Amino acid sequence: MRALVACVKICYEGTTRGNHHTMDEATIAVELQGVTKRFGDVVAVDNIDLTITDGEFFSLLGPSGCGKTTTLRMIAGLELPTRGSLSIHGEEMGLRPPNRRPVNTVFQSYALFPHMNVRANIGFGLEMRKVVRDERSDLIDWAIDLVEMGGMGHRKPGQLSGGQQQRVALARALVNRPEVLLLDEPLGALDLKLRQQMQIELKNLQREVGITFVYVTHDQEEAVTMSDRIGVMHEGRLLQIDTPEAIYERPTTRFVADFIGRTNFLEATVASGDEIVLANGDRLRVSTGHADGTTIAVTVRPERLTVHNRDHAPDGRHRLDGIVDSVVYLGNAVIYSVSIDWMHLEVRCPASLAGERRGPGDEVTVSFDAGHTSVVVG
Amino acid sequence: MGKGVARSTAEPMGYSRWLLRAHSLLVFVFFYAPIVVLVVYSFNKSAVVGKWTGFSLSWYGDFLANDNIQRSIWISVKVCVASTVISVVLGTLAALSIERFRWWGQKAFDAVLYLPIIIPDVTMAVMMLVFFGETAELFNVIPGVDLTDGLEKLVLSHVAFNISFVSVVVRARLAGLDASMEEAAADLYASRWQVFRRVTLPQIMPGVLGGALLAVTLSLDDVVVSSFVSGVGATPVSVYVFGMLRKGVSPLINAVSVVILVASMALVVASLVLERATSSQKGK
Repeated sequence: MRALVACVKICYEGTTRGNHHTMDEATIAVELQGVTKRFGDVVAVDNIDLTITDGEFFSLLGPSGCGKTTTLRMIAGLELPTRGSLSIHGEEMGLRPPNRRPVNTVFQSYALFPHMNVRANIGFGLEMRKVVRDERSDLIDWAIDLVEMGGMGHRKPGQLSGGQQQRVALARALVNRPEVLLLDEPLGALDLKLRQQMQIELKNLQREVGITFVYVTHDQEEAVTMSDRIGVMHEGRLLQIDTPEAIYERPTTRFVADFIGRTNFLEATVASGDEIVLANGDRLRVSTGHADGTTIAVTVRPERLTVHNRDHAPDGRHRLDGIVDSVVYLGNAVIYSVSIDWMHLEVRCPASLAGERRGPGDEVTVSFDAGHTSVVVG
Repeated sequence: MGKGVARSTAEPMGYSRWLLRAHSLLVFVFFYAPIVVLVVYSFNKSAVVGKWTGFSLSWYGDFLANDNIQRSIWISVKVCVASTVISVVLGTLAALSIERFRWWGQKAFDAVLYLPIIIPDVTMAVMMLVFFGETAELFNVIPGVDLTDGLEKLVLSHVAFNISFVSVVVRARLAGLDASMEEAAADLYASRWQVFRRVTLPQIMPGVLGGALLAVTLSLDDVVVSSFVSGVGATPVSVYVFGMLRKGVSPLINAVSVVILVASMALVVASLVLERATSSQKGK
C-alpha cells in the first residue's frame, strides 16, 4: 500500500500540483456564495456560503434531507443553483454541464455501468476525453493497482462484492485526476468493519494524493474521523463550519451540539456580558457575545462532568447537587443519570477514574469547569 | 454468495404430482393441438377441411400459383418492417421523454400515448379511415408521398398503434434503470448523446428489442385496422386470408399459414444463431 501511495503521489505531482493556476486561485478549490436551491416550494439549500481549500478533506454532515447531497450535486453540475454563484478553482461554473466540470463523483449507489467490465468502467472517463489507447491502458492499470483490484479487470460489476464495487467506483473517479473529488456517502452500503477499513484507506489516499475531497455523510463518527473540516447542515442551512475538534468541543447551535455526540443542555439567560444565570438561579462566568436577557443554553459533554460525594467537589468548578437516578456500566465507562431539581444530567466517568461505584438514590454533587462549556442558541 | 432467490426444490407428493403433470399436458395440448391440426390438414387431398382423404401437396402448388397471396405477403412484410422501425424509434423517444424529462403537457401526453392500447380496434380503424379521408389530399402535397396507393396508409396506421406498445415496454425497462448511472456517465465527461449511446441504450436494449418484436407481431396480426385503411393495390396477407374465408374455408388457408409459420420460426432461429455468434465474439 505505501509503495502504491508513493507512486500515486508522483503521478499526481506531474499533473494536479503543477496546474496553471495562480497562487490565490489554487488555494481555494470550491467556493459557494449565497447558493440557494429550490425544488418547487421546497428550499433544499438555503443561502449557503462555503469555501473549501485546495487539498482539504471537507465533509458535509447532517441528517437525511438536510441539503448536503443537493449541495454536492450542485458542485458536480447535476443540479443547478436557483440563486448564488459557484466556482471551482476560481472559475465560475454558472450553467456549465457536469461533463465540462473539473470534478468527478463517487455515487452512493456506485452507479457502475453493468454492461461494461471493470476496465471499461474505469476507462470510461478517459475514453470520453479521447485519451489515446496506450495511455488509457496504463492509467487504468495504475487505478486498478491503486484500489487493489488487480486481476479483476475483466469482471462485470455484477460479479463483484459491495466493497469491490466501491473500489471500482473510486478508481473510475480518481483515474481522471480531478481537481476535486466529490463523494456522496460512498461507504453507506458497506458493513461496519469494511467501512472502518475504507475510512482509513480513503483518508490515507487523500492525504497522499493531495486532491480536495468533498465528502457527504450523515455519520458523525465518520466525519469526525476523516475530515480536516466539517460543515454541519440542517434544513438547508450550513450551521457551523469548523475542525472536528471545534465542532465537538465548541458547538455554536443546539442542533450541532446534539447531532454530534451526546450532551447536556442547561437552560440559561444572559445576565451581563460575561455572566449567565442558570434556570436554578446559579450564576456562571461565561462570555456569550449575546445581548443581556437572551435565552440561551449551556452545553456540557457527559465526559466533562464529574460526580463527587455531596459537598466534596473541588473549588473552582461549578457545582450542582443532585441524586443518582440510574447507573449503566459500559465496561470502559460508567454512565450516571443524575437528577438535579430542574433537570437530569448525563455523566460519563471513564472506568479507570470512576472510583467508588455509586448507586441509585445516592446524594452527590456534579461539577464542571466553565471552560468546558459552550453557549448555544436555538 | 449467490444473489438468486431461494427456491423450493421439493417435488410435489402423491396425487398432486399427477395433477400437476396432467395440467401441464393439457396446457400443451391446448396450445399446440390447433397448430398440429392446421399443419396436418395442409397436406390433405380433400377440399373439405376436417375430412382426411390422403396426402397431397396440391394446396402448396395452389399457393405458389396464386400471385395475389404472394403479393399480399410481400406487402405485409414491407408494412411490418417500415412500421416497426418507425415505431421503435418514436416509441423509444416517447418513453425517454416521459421517464427522463419534465415538460409542460407531459401528463396529458402520457395519458394520450396509451390510448391505442385501450380503445377497441374498430374505433381505431374508423378513426384512421376518417383521418385519411380528410387529410389524404394534404399528405399528397408532400413530394414523394402518395396515400392513394394504400401502402403508406397501412404503415402510418400501424405506426399509430405500435408506438404505444413499444413505449410501454421501453418505459418499463427505463423505470428500472438507475438514473444515477446516466449522471455518472455525464460526470465522466460524456455528452448527452454519448450518455444515451454508451449507457442508456445498451441498458434498455432488451426493452427496445422486446418492443420491436411486439410491433412485428401486431403489424402482421392486424386485420381490423388494416382492412379499413388498405386500398385496392395494397392488401396485407391478414386481410387477404380473412377475405378468403368469405368464400368458404379452403385448405389453401392452411398452406398459407404453414408457410408463414415456417418463415417466422426460421426468423426466430436465425436471430438466436446471430445473437449467439455475436455474444461469443464479444467474449473473446
